Amino acid sequence: MNTAARYFFALRDWVDDRFPMTQLWNEHAARYYAPKNFNFWYVFGVISMVVLANQILTGIWLTMNYKPDATQAFASVEYIMRDVPWGWVIRYLHSTGSSAFFFAVYLHMYRGLVYGSYKKPRELIWIIGMFIYLTLMGEAFLGYLLPWGQMSFWGAQVIISLFGTIPVIGEGLALWIRGDYVVSDVTLNRFFSLHVVAFPLLLCALSGAHILALHHVGSNNPDGVEIKKHKDEKGVPLDGIPFHPYYTVKDLVAVLIFAIGFAWVVFYAPGMGGYFLEAANFVPADPLKTPEHIQPLWYFTTYYAILRAIPHQLGGVVAMFLASSLFFLLPWLDRSPVKSFRYRGWKYRTALIAFVISFLSLGWLGMQLATPLYTWIARFFTVIYFLFFLLMPFYTSTDNDKPVPERVK
Amino acid sequence: MNRLLQLLCICLLGLATTTVTFGSEGALMQAKVDLSNRESLKNGARIFINYCLSCHSAAYMRFNRVGQDLGIDEDTLKRDFMFGTDKPGDTMTVAMRKEDARDYFGTPIPDLSVIARARGADWLYTFFMTFYRDPARPFGVNNIQFKDVAMPHVLWELQGLQRAVTEQETLPDGATVERITHLELETPGKQSPSEYAATVQDLVNFLVYLGEPVQLQRHAIGAWVIGYLLAFLVVAWLLKREYWKDVH
Repeated sequence: MNTAARYFFALRDWVDDRFPMTQLWNEHAARYYAPKNFNFWYVFGVISMVVLANQILTGIWLTMNYKPDATQAFASVEYIMRDVPWGWVIRYLHSTGSSAFFFAVYLHMYRGLVYGSYKKPRELIWIIGMFIYLTLMGEAFLGYLLPWGQMSFWGAQVIISLFGTIPVIGEGLALWIRGDYVVSDVTLNRFFSLHVVAFPLLLCALSGAHILALHHVGSNNPDGVEIKKHKDEKGVPLDGIPFHPYYTVKDLVAVLIFAIGFAWVVFYAPGMGGYFLEAANFVPADPLKTPEHIQPLWYFTTYYAILRAIPHQLGGVVAMFLASSLFFLLPWLDRSPVKSFRYRGWKYRTALIAFVISFLSLGWLGMQLATPLYTWIARFFTVIYFLFFLLMPFYTSTDNDKPVPERVK
Repeated sequence: MNRLLQLLCICLLGLATTTVTFGSEGALMQAKVDLSNRESLKNGARIFINYCLSCHSAAYMRFNRVGQDLGIDEDTLKRDFMFGTDKPGDTMTVAMRKEDARDYFGTPIPDLSVIARARGADWLYTFFMTFYRDPARPFGVNNIQFKDVAMPHVLWELQGLQRAVTEQETLPDGATVERITHLELETPGKQSPSEYAATVQDLVNFLVYLGEPVQLQRHAIGAWVIGYLLAFLVVAWLLKREYWKDVH
């Protein structure tokens, strides 16, 4: 062994005596055995992590030049876009990142539905993941106020007023959130604080817990079989391969493909035709002028369509809340012994396809003007959306599931 | 599984091909935006500074940035593009106070830095093309794209004045309304209609640039970034293939 290597190993041992560095590396990478049959759908977890890192890094640099002040916020964003060297790319990375985050998280959750990743013994991974999803929605909503454009202002006004529909405490609660009778400088200041400190901390902590829980029970896979059931004499799952180097190199490929698409948006279509940056948000916030159409960005439009579909205001708010949180109950609503879509019967398959169509259709309807026809279509899909959850115990317990193989195919 | 993927792709494509619309009146004329045309941008800048910048500000934009991006040296910039006491590093502000503007026009005058991102090029083009004489309005003109706009037709000396040609339309309930069918030139201006259209084209071109100056560089930088990522992808792919050879 040459001298340099000897010093390197001595340093490693010195650290290992004082901090479980090698142990952590082994537990979470080099000797974390992941099923060898992960497919395309298993890349969105790591992509979400990469986007989270992107949001935090670009966020740090945006914060250096952004002014959380109602009289300066809009101008400071344009200052970043024009006068700060490379400020425009930092800003577009951050604004594109918010849409990319939801894109990755939605597909990650969809993967969970397809392969039954929420089922025993992974209930807690799923629940922590749901908290991440709800925190992410909060984080996106808080951040959307910061550019202080018309849609920032009126979007916040509408969403906060939803809290006002809660009986008895509603009005007080809305006032407490805003810190004022209307969305104002006070609201902007606290939203900035929450967006930049509180929610990112929460997101990082929850993401850490999500991964710890995953590495504790082990990953599910497209066949939905437990690889830990069959181990060799050393205790290594027969169908498992070390996460590092196999999945680190595979994920690198996935992350790069994703990054190419991401870079394309950042450099060639940062506004995505109004889907990622809305035209109305290039008009500074004006408390006296309500925009013609107020609508959230694409990642909230499914819930927005449900809110509008219910003719009763409080009922709409409750339905919207339920629609986004019923996922929490999936581990217990699903009574099937089979995890993966591959071995599920026709009932679950049909239900899932109907759910996906409803989710996407509602997402589209949430971007349209609520004409009577569209409202009725939205009601139809809202019913299907909820039936997916409410009828789940029945159709999953009576489904004609196929036999699941003992080992990964 | 591939079928599921296909289904999802089809649904996503369906979403992507529908466009978001932000309430507008009537059909828009098409602006042919070409940011690679420096001469057009320079002419647009001249029109903007001569006709717009006396009332409207572009407070987020600096004179010397325009100079840098459009290849105008500082002496020319000072001589042809700047008036008054502004320095090249200053932002394009105006002397008129907000309260005064409210008194004169009944509404504050919008800053134009990002107007093209808020309204879109086609909207702006249509707006500049559709002023017409209307004695009922304070400045004697109205606009088809922006009904009852508080702004006078600043470019009238170039375009001349148009007249609205109307026709009677009978509604289903028997009432009649007057509807504008088209505009026709009543008093010619300094420019012919095709010259004026080109002028407006240049102005809109400049406004689009003004909305996001980095557009002029962004595409070229993007090509390098994506090129680098593609090269990295090839290496990463080969590495992955090498490692995965022993997974069966």
